[in-house]
Amino acid sequence: MSVLAIYPSDPVPELAQLLDLSGFIWKGVERPSDVHDLEPDEGWGGAIVQVGSDSDVGWGMLRALRKRDVPVSPLLLIIRGSELQELELRDELFDDFCLDPFHPRELEARIKHMLASEIESITGERIEYGPLLLDLETYEASVDSQPLDLTFMEYELLRFLAASPGRVFTREVLLSRVWGYEYYGGARTVDVHIRRLRAKLGEEYASLIQTVRSVGYRLGESRRR
Amino acid sequence: MERPQDYVQRRVEERGVRLIRLWFTDVQGQLKSFAISPAELETAFENGMIFDGSSIDGFSRVREEDMVARPDPATFELMRWGGNDENAARMFCDIERADGSPFPGDSRQVLRRSMERAHAEGFTFFTAPELEYFLFEADRNGEPVPLDNGSYFDLTTADVASSIRRQTLTTLEAMGIPVEYSFHEDAPSQHEIDLRYTDALTMADNVMTFRLIVREIALEHGVHATFMPKPLTGVQGSGMHTHLSLFRDGVNAFHDPESPDGLSEIARGFIAGLLHHAREITAVTNQLVNSYKRLVAGYEAPVNVSWARANRAALIRVPTSREGGVDDTTRIEYRAPDPACNPYLAFAVMLAAGMKGIEQGYELPLEAPPSMTGFTEHGGLIDQAQLPQSLDEALDEMEKSDLVADTLGDHLFSWFLRNKRREWNDYKAQVTPFELDRYYSNL
Repeated sequence: MSVLAIYPSDPVPELAQLLDLSGFIWKGVERPSDVHDLEPDEGWGGAIVQVGSDSDVGWGMLRALRKRDVPVSPLLLIIRGSELQELELRDELFDDFCLDPFHPRELEARIKHMLASEIESITGERIEYGPLLLDLETYEASVDSQPLDLTFMEYELLRFLAASPGRVFTREVLLSRVWGYEYYGGARTVDVHIRRLRAKLGEEYASLIQTVRSVGYRLGESRRR
Repeated sequence: MERPQDYVQRRVEERGVRLIRLWFTDVQGQLKSFAISPAELETAFENGMIFDGSSIDGFSRVREEDMVARPDPATFELMRWGGNDENAARMFCDIERADGSPFPGDSRQVLRRSMERAHAEGFTFFTAPELEYFLFEADRNGEPVPLDNGSYFDLTTADVASSIRRQTLTTLEAMGIPVEYSFHEDAPSQHEIDLRYTDALTMADNVMTFRLIVREIALEHGVHATFMPKPLTGVQGSGMHTHLSLFRDGVNAFHDPESPDGLSEIARGFIAGLLHHAREITAVTNQLVNSYKRLVAGYEAPVNVSWARANRAALIRVPTSREGGVDDTTRIEYRAPDPACNPYLAFAVMLAAGMKGIEQGYELPLEAPPSMTGFTEHGGLIDQAQLPQSLDEALDEMEKSDLVADTLGDHLFSWFLRNKRREWNDYKAQVTPFELDRYYSNL
């Protein structure tokens, strides 16, 4: 399971307890630079930010998590009622929020719901995104009902990208997660396979896979938007 | 069964594949193939398929030996062009001996070995060839008649040639071989298709597939495609200029933003190595008697062993990197090879020559000036060594080369020399039309 970023790094006991009891793996982040410095190799699996009394610091943390090449997602915000007006025009900084003081049951439900929607698309037997359909049982892939004939690694790469639409993956992450071992071609192999996938998707659908300049690749848009 | 094998098995079932072609390459770079049925697939993955290698060029040994073809599941592709309505797929194979050891006559493993050596130094080798070929009218008794300066054909040939090329491109892309550019070349009926870079092993597989696709699609249109290096006297031949780059840790090792020309020390060493060993590797990159009819002055083919940024006659050209410094486009272009080579061996010797230059810290000679046309007699400071002028000379150079012997391995090295000497001797004994024309009536 992937690691959640938690702010403040020393969370209130109710939150710490809840995370531990539910078996989440987490790391505290205290300052914006921690988002980068403490990030696990495979990237953050999500984040929970409690905007406390010093709200400027809290908002700074949110920006550090979201205003980067690969935004941390999903992100749950815990916020006081008095700060609610601050949410306006800041949609892009969080995926869900919970009022502070929170009820532990509500918070738990929200965290699980938020993370489940992320996990569901990976463990299901089919992945669907727009015209794209992957059957994980039979390894069948099709776009607009036309079968795609992929090599094994092309299939694995497409499956990985399609499991998290809209999420940007760096070449290094794709290499370690899809190829899983130190492969011949190094990170450049990823570019090569993306080209091949696009070639097979054909002109009409090649743009399903987008290049995020000097960062990596993503497939389509996030479902949450 | 492991996942990649399982994947292939499932694809075969789902797509109703009836024939699986197992592909490999003989020493001359000719594609060899035999077919198995889906029922044999599991055995093929587990034990490999046994075949008699004695009739295949470069495979025969003193006593006959059974060979084992072991399919590489990563290369499984449906064959998706016209005549293949039988639902066929292909996989490339590595060739082993009956005892499971790699067969030393297998050129795919020669390249794999060279790439592993480079990889031990942290480098991955990428190539991007520009493949030129001619389309000729079929059934002209082996005589090359161009489509687009022929006579009665004139009205329709533009359509035929462009429809062939369009279909070729679509098929290549569907086979996972992305194309960078394609265009009609200078010579009548000549075409060029540039492939997008990939690791050299995959690219050598791609070149094999490419040559088959081009020829078969042409055939469907009743046209003959040829990769012969120089099919017509008096017009330029077909080359396979190859763009080369090394990557380390996902970064282009040829690029150095600090250096005034953007070239790293590694790039300089690699170019120096290629220049230093160019004459030795030419028999491999240009392996036919006919190859040397292309490597003459005046037809945009390299003659001198030189490098340059702004001189298209040089053996090695360093294309200008894109402005704004997208560093991963830094590469060098080696212009000697022709498309009749064995791409596995050609890529392997180019890599070995370049790596040698890096390891030994060869000094890079001065760049050829932009004005040098490639066939001036005295170019001043530039090293004026020439590429071999004939297959004979190229073989002499190769025979002296530790680098080529070491890269190809003893078995392949001596087979190649023996076979090519024979080709040269056969040629040498021919009385050619040139001689008859020139001497017969006057002497």
